Amino acid sequence: MELLWCIVIAALISMGVYLMLERHLIRFLFGMIIVSNAINLAIFVSGRLTLGMPPLIKADAILPALGTANPLPQALILTAIVIGFGLLLFTLLLSYRAIQTFKTADMDAIQENEGNAFQSSKEQTDKSAAV
Amino acid sequence: MSTGLLVLPVLIPLLTACASAFSFRSKTLASIVSCTGALAALICAIIIMSNVIMYGTQVTEFGNWEAPFGIVFVADILSASLILVTSIIGLAITVYSCADLKERDAYPLYHAMMHILLAGVSGSFLTGDIFNLYVWFEVMLISAFGLMTLESNKKQIDAAVKYVVLNLISTLVLLLAIGLLYGATGTLNMADLHLKISLVPQSSQHLIAGLFFFGFAIKASFFPLFAWLPASYPTLPSAVVALFAALLTKVGVYAMIRLFTLVFNVETSGYQNLMIIIAGLTMLTGVLGAASQFHIKSILSFHIISQIGYMLMGLALFTPLALSGAIFYIIHHIIVKANLFLISGYIEKRFGTDNLSNMGGLYKSTPVLAFLFLIPAFSLAGFPPLSGFWGKFLVIKASLQTEHYLLAATALFVGLMTIFSMTKIWAEAFWKVKPETAKETPISRLDTFLYLSPVAVLCCLTIAIGLFVEPLYHLAYSASENLLSPTSYIEAVIPSHAIDPVKGIVEMQGAQP
Repeated sequence: MELLWCIVIAALISMGVYLMLERHLIRFLFGMIIVSNAINLAIFVSGRLTLGMPPLIKADAILPALGTANPLPQALILTAIVIGFGLLLFTLLLSYRAIQTFKTADMDAIQENEGNAFQSSKEQTDKSAAV
Repeated sequence: MSTGLLVLPVLIPLLTACASAFSFRSKTLASIVSCTGALAALICAIIIMSNVIMYGTQVTEFGNWEAPFGIVFVADILSASLILVTSIIGLAITVYSCADLKERDAYPLYHAMMHILLAGVSGSFLTGDIFNLYVWFEVMLISAFGLMTLESNKKQIDAAVKYVVLNLISTLVLLLAIGLLYGATGTLNMADLHLKISLVPQSSQHLIAGLFFFGFAIKASFFPLFAWLPASYPTLPSAVVALFAALLTKVGVYAMIRLFTLVFNVETSGYQNLMIIIAGLTMLTGVLGAASQFHIKSILSFHIISQIGYMLMGLALFTPLALSGAIFYIIHHIIVKANLFLISGYIEKRFGTDNLSNMGGLYKSTPVLAFLFLIPAFSLAGFPPLSGFWGKFLVIKASLQTEHYLLAATALFVGLMTIFSMTKIWAEAFWKVKPETAKETPISRLDTFLYLSPVAVLCCLTIAIGLFVEPLYHLAYSASENLLSPTSYIEAVIPSHAIDPVKGIVEMQGAQP
């Protein structure tokens, strides 16, 4: 069972990394989503998988019975999902803004554009200084 | 010893952030709220520091869950002194930004987010739980994103894209590393991890340590993963960039030191040689990058990278002397770097640019500023008896003791190149006759006071550290000894009756199988 999930995670990570290597901003974002989900799965699997043993403690015991599911990874993943969602939302809005400003989603083109913008603003300051 | 005091360095900035975000109607109110909060955080940090010196390591357990089951905050000498420096910088920068940011529309939001950032930094310094460390990193990251894009002009958006993309990669890698570490050991408490890591096979340890190293390398801007730093920092407002430069990368270095002493061991992790090489290259590339720049903020941004190399060098050599040098260096660097950026902010305000060719004559018009600039600049380059000299002296002495002569030579050469960059700023901004094209805007008396009083205070601190180095060195040395043999840390976090020398933590007392 764990082996199966390992393969799934490996496939997801390689897909995600492939997308993250793209210069296109949106593809990078998709890659990031896939990788972050794959990592959440990895945390889930690293807590060991068990079948049909909810982590409930009997009324007269201090510790749960051996072999019950581990609830901690789920708490970790929940935190990670919430944080990841926030970051994703921010990054989405940022890339939307970047695409609006630079009229392109290609990171190299943004850089060239930025260089021009920087130069023109510099020229402007030079001009205004000359005036 | 358990105390609720440790929560305050996080709680006070968060409350201050809420209060200053809600005081958007009046900029004066926001300034007062923000400065009061920063002052309260400083007082609280001083109390924590004196407690730690008097009574040893302090621990707070959340929700009365005994460690290793609950989340703990731990203040040993290293954490407490970093908290103290953070709150000093926090106060200096809040006062400074009352003048520097006051014309910006989002003024209260700037203050709010700076305090959230400070809360994140303090949280990362204090936490004794590795997943909690990740959460504090995220708090820091999201407020840094916010500060970076508040203006959202073209330059800032471009810078933010690079910053966000690279930092997200580091975040993902760290999360994976934490997940795998949990899978291998079944615990997240760092003291407990120290006891259990020996049960993990060497190959898994190597993999997990490598992932952490990569993740923190981006955060702390080691060679070759520093590209985001010089691309993004120069676009920020001066007060914000001073805060970033002082604290953000240093949190990465702190986390690296904490993890590679408490959980992994630099010597047995198999990364020591790599760390030494990376430390040398980080120093070199940073200083060479700075030499090619002609904008003050870009020069200083590249210098952050080169100084990070010295800290990594201290960790990589892994002797008590080297580690105390690294700790000393972090504290010195936080103060000096923030100060240099604050001065550059004042200069930028006067000339409307940070381009060195469009300014000059400051030595003649403001000799006080020239004097205030010389102190942190010489300290950064390592002139005795200023604070930078002692930091460099300690790490270089340690590298000679361990016979890493090439590394020592690199460190000395980088110090020399640092003087070159500082003299460049000095010659262009202070000595050169003011060029015809340069436009100077006068700054009002109150603003000048708000600008220069934090600078003066930080200068005094730099001199004080340099002159009274003996007690501080002893403090750094005992901090590094605690790091190298963390028994006192572990005894403070985990009650000793629960520790089994072979298996680590044994089950709860009276537990039924």
